[in-house]
Amino acid sequence: MSDLGARPLAKATLAQVTPVTRSRMIRLQPTLVSGLILLGLVVVVAIAAPLLTPYDPIEQRFTEAFLPPLSPGHILGTDNFGRDIWSRIAFSTRLDLQIGLLSVLFPFIFGSLMGIATGYLGGKLDTILMRIVDVLMAFPFLILVIAIMSILGPGLTNLYIAVGAVGWIPYARITRGETLATRHLEYVLAARTIGCSSGRIMLRHILPNVIAPALIYVFTGMVLAILTGATLSFLGLGPQPPTPEWGAMIAEGRQFLLLAWWMTTLPGLALLVVGVALSLIGDGLAERRGA
Amino acid sequence: MGRATYIRRRLILMAFVLFGVTVVIFGMIRILPGDPAFLILGDRATDQKAAELREQLGLNRPFLEQYWMFVSGFAHGDMGRSLLYRQPVGDLVLTRVPITLALAAYAMGLAAIITLTFGILAAINKGGWPDQLIRIGFLFALTTPNFWFGILLILLFGLTLHWFPVAGFGETLPQHIWYLFLPALTLALQLSAVLIRNLRGQIILTMRSDYVRTANAKGLSASLVLLRHVLRNALLSTVTIFGLQFGFLVGGAIVVETVFALPGTGQLLIQSITARDYPVVQAITVVSAVLVIVVNLIVDLSYSFLDPRVTYE
Repeated sequence: MSDLGARPLAKATLAQVTPVTRSRMIRLQPTLVSGLILLGLVVVVAIAAPLLTPYDPIEQRFTEAFLPPLSPGHILGTDNFGRDIWSRIAFSTRLDLQIGLLSVLFPFIFGSLMGIATGYLGGKLDTILMRIVDVLMAFPFLILVIAIMSILGPGLTNLYIAVGAVGWIPYARITRGETLATRHLEYVLAARTIGCSSGRIMLRHILPNVIAPALIYVFTGMVLAILTGATLSFLGLGPQPPTPEWGAMIAEGRQFLLLAWWMTTLPGLALLVVGVALSLIGDGLAERRGA
Repeated sequence: MGRATYIRRRLILMAFVLFGVTVVIFGMIRILPGDPAFLILGDRATDQKAAELREQLGLNRPFLEQYWMFVSGFAHGDMGRSLLYRQPVGDLVLTRVPITLALAAYAMGLAAIITLTFGILAAINKGGWPDQLIRIGFLFALTTPNFWFGILLILLFGLTLHWFPVAGFGETLPQHIWYLFLPALTLALQLSAVLIRNLRGQIILTMRSDYVRTANAKGLSASLVLLRHVLRNALLSTVTIFGLQFGFLVGGAIVVETVFALPGTGQLLIQSITARDYPVVQAITVVSAVLVIVVNLIVDLSYSFLDPRVTYE
């Protein structure tokens, strides 16, 4: 679940409640630092996965099936095919981080540019964008993504397309709002007076000043994208087996819930760690801006 | 602008959004390169099968006529025939909508209780340990995948402790409430995570306003000020967010239904995608969007009645 609506409000609240002091601006928030450390660990696991894991994540060894965690040689146990859970979780980190990054990158760029353009230029373009946003917001996010995937078919590329088709909206709304508040400020008027083109004003003058809140939202967007990816993969619409992915691993473990609880529990914990890390960074950055 | 004008404008916007929704759904399968019939049937379908499907879905008619058939069909409750069940999609979908709606409503009720309890608790202990604990707890709830959390609840309260059934939804009302508790809780925790943040902030903000200071100065008890003065105003923005989150709630319900084997819209949607039963996917997408539009309209309108100060822009 996202807090599309909550984030801007929460920010405004913080800005009004907390007095601005220089020392708070410089001090590092514990929220931000703990998030960065946690994410750092996750990234290390993703990069060094082949070094950190003794087994091939898709290699099946039927003699070693259903070993519980802390078994010799398999620290997190094995699944029904005797595959090492730690190896599968570690390799899946690469995939899930990639899902988080790629499903946010293009929506962020497209959405922010759209928001700045419509906010600055206004008029018909702005009306059209806002109506498109109204229509797309009427669909429950997950259902629209599932419907798009049902036409495109399962798979990773289609996942990016489906999530991206709606994912740009928050960025467009955020930057549009910020641009509306900025367009009448003196430095924009000054740039216009000396004859800068609209494109130059938008990219060189407005963009650097309005992009921060959108960048902060990127972290919420990544959490949402990773959760959506894992959900689709849980439903069988994501990367196809035997590719290790946390959502798919949870789905595979469901049939063996009483026999091997670790098959479902551990991949979920991995998802949780990444989600918490990204949320802490997002919150920390928002606090920093608000404080 | 008066309330009447506001409501009229809001209804016009709603009509437009409904129109947009049908265009998106209608266009979705037709805008892609390639033959929609083969997109639905898969590449290995025979030409004859594809031709039959084209005929059945009206894909061989002019574009505008197709759209008109699609929209007027929906308006009459005729959403085509399911390719898998070979029965009218309308019957199939509408028998399942109540289960999904009941689950969503149950979750909203639980979320309201959880949000009020912990939102107030966090706000009046601002900065203290209950506040920190609630913040951390619901940060986890926000990032927990709901399907995973549902499975954990099944494992703990269903399979191990045997307190709750693990599938189905019962026959009588008390049974429904009992059977649907775990799925509703799964959804409610995530929803509350978003709402608590907002309510906490709003309460703290409202506590600083002049009229609350006046109420305190008059010597009213703290709980009376909180309930009658602070909460009434703080809740307004939380209610709006409640409306905005409805779409996510419906999306979440789809997944949670799959986990708890509830025969609702979600289960049907997943089945239909696996079976490439496109008319059903299409119908569920439209119905869920209409639900979201209606709920948001209700929230917006009730907002204008809850808060007489609202100016309509």
